[in-house]
Amino acid sequence: MSLLLDILSGLALLAGSLLCITGGIGLWRLPGVFCRMHAASLNDTLGTPLILLGLMLQMEPSLTTLKLVCIALFIMMTNPSATHALSRAALHGGERPLADRAAGAEDESSKR
Amino acid sequence: MLLALLLAVAFAAVRMRDLFSVVMLFSIYSLLTAALFMDLDAVDVAFTEAAVGAGVSTILMLASLRLVGRSEQARRRNPLLALSVVAVTGAALIYGLSDAPLLGDPNAPAQQHVAPYYIQNAMADTGVPNLVTAVLASYRGFDTFGETLVVFTAGLAVMLLLGSGRARDNQQYGSEDDRNIQRLVVRALIPWILVFALYVQFHGDFGAGGGFQAGVIFASAFVLFDLVHGHRVTAQVIPAHWLPRLGALGALIYGGVGLCSLFVGQPFLDYAALAQDPIAGQHLGILLVELGVGLTVFSVITAIYYAFSTREQLR
Amino acid sequence: MELPGLFNYWVVVVLMMAGFYVVIEQGNLVKKLIGLGLFQASVFIFYISIGKVADGAPPILGDAAELYSNPLPHVLILTAIVVGVATTAVGLSLIVRIHEQYGSVEEDDIHRADVQADEDEA
Repeated sequence: MSLLLDILSGLALLAGSLLCITGGIGLWRLPGVFCRMHAASLNDTLGTPLILLGLMLQMEPSLTTLKLVCIALFIMMTNPSATHALSRAALHGGERPLADRAAGAEDESSKR
Repeated sequence: MLLALLLAVAFAAVRMRDLFSVVMLFSIYSLLTAALFMDLDAVDVAFTEAAVGAGVSTILMLASLRLVGRSEQARRRNPLLALSVVAVTGAALIYGLSDAPLLGDPNAPAQQHVAPYYIQNAMADTGVPNLVTAVLASYRGFDTFGETLVVFTAGLAVMLLLGSGRARDNQQYGSEDDRNIQRLVVRALIPWILVFALYVQFHGDFGAGGGFQAGVIFASAFVLFDLVHGHRVTAQVIPAHWLPRLGALGALIYGGVGLCSLFVGQPFLDYAALAQDPIAGQHLGILLVELGVGLTVFSVITAIYYAFSTREQLR
Repeated sequence: MELPGLFNYWVVVVLMMAGFYVVIEQGNLVKKLIGLGLFQASVFIFYISIGKVADGAPPILGDAAELYSNPLPHVLILTAIVVGVATTAVGLSLIVRIHEQYGSVEEDDIHRADVQADEDEA
């Protein structure tokens, strides 16, 4: 049983870390504000909760587990609204999504 | 690894000229420092650094960037003189530190004199497991009193310089629907933030926490409320003219505890005089004192935020 | 992680010097204040690393640990962090007032304006 928990927790930690790294690479490589926000949201919405799940599986159920659950819930709740606020601010600042900007170029890239 | 990241962030912050990015880098720097503190077993300090450095400090700097402008002019002066001064000072410091005790050495002079006394006797003297709270609130309570007064004075200074703000709304943009989304999420979160702040306040004896962290978290809940609902509504919840009085009340509670000990005939801030049983007196004293600290820190940070956010931009 | 013993002090000194460089060389007042904050944080790291005891536990008494890290630097730095943010706030409000008075927060512009004001008076 504990071996199973260890394997599951290892998988969760690994998956969470990979998602976070992917989010980071996306933040760096993707063009435009909105694409980057999308990549960054990967971290908070699934990457961090998976890492926290991996940590939770490592320990006995206790007050600390409850605290980790609370942290995961809090992060999952605040991330979408933070992204929302960020994208509103970007729109107000004059950024436009790439799809709007390059309406003509999109047809070209889908043919490639 | 953390140290390498810190160095990278610091150098990036030095080189960049867009102040907004520099403030963000400084926030990352504070968060990395908090992680480093966790690695160095300093849990209370990490908590405070994360709350204060990565939270409040960033908000204040962004608020002042709104008023001051976000880019920096290029320097036309030759940086060679500054670089050489910095290099000489750095070399002197490294030379001076060459016989410093190695990291983690249990026989270092810092671990020898007062610290073992505190570690061994704090439980017996104060009944509080969190050694940092025991030292902060009881053994070195007088220093913490001074610190509370410094925080209060800083709040007064900011209020004198920038005023406490008129109850008008800050600039809002976007549709009402958008704002309702944020208000929904924020309204769900704020009660939990306040409960957590109270938990940190009263649990500080047993785990990481205490008055400072609790005051900062409590204030950040109100800052969040202000960001989303606008200043007019927030000023109805916490009017600006309450805040200096609350801050003074916090400092008064702290000093009052000390004076109570004086009235009984014991030294100033000697908590053992507050109750029949010295340990109960210590608990009561630490509780009241942390409450005073939390109240002052909360009111000062909220007042400073009010002052910055309601200051009109110069046109 | 095993590091050569004095490495953390060197990193602290480098961070300190980075902050110091920003304070003396860069002209923008807000940037200077941020440099001061970098300097402060490096001093905090220095003190906390002095208090660390190898294989020690955080200074909260529990049943599990025998050896605790030194609580005294933690107390000092807790105070220092809070006082640091208070003084940063005062500094920032001074900068805001300077901006309203002079129209700029670049050190060169302010100095030039002061010199001009002295010449006009004389």
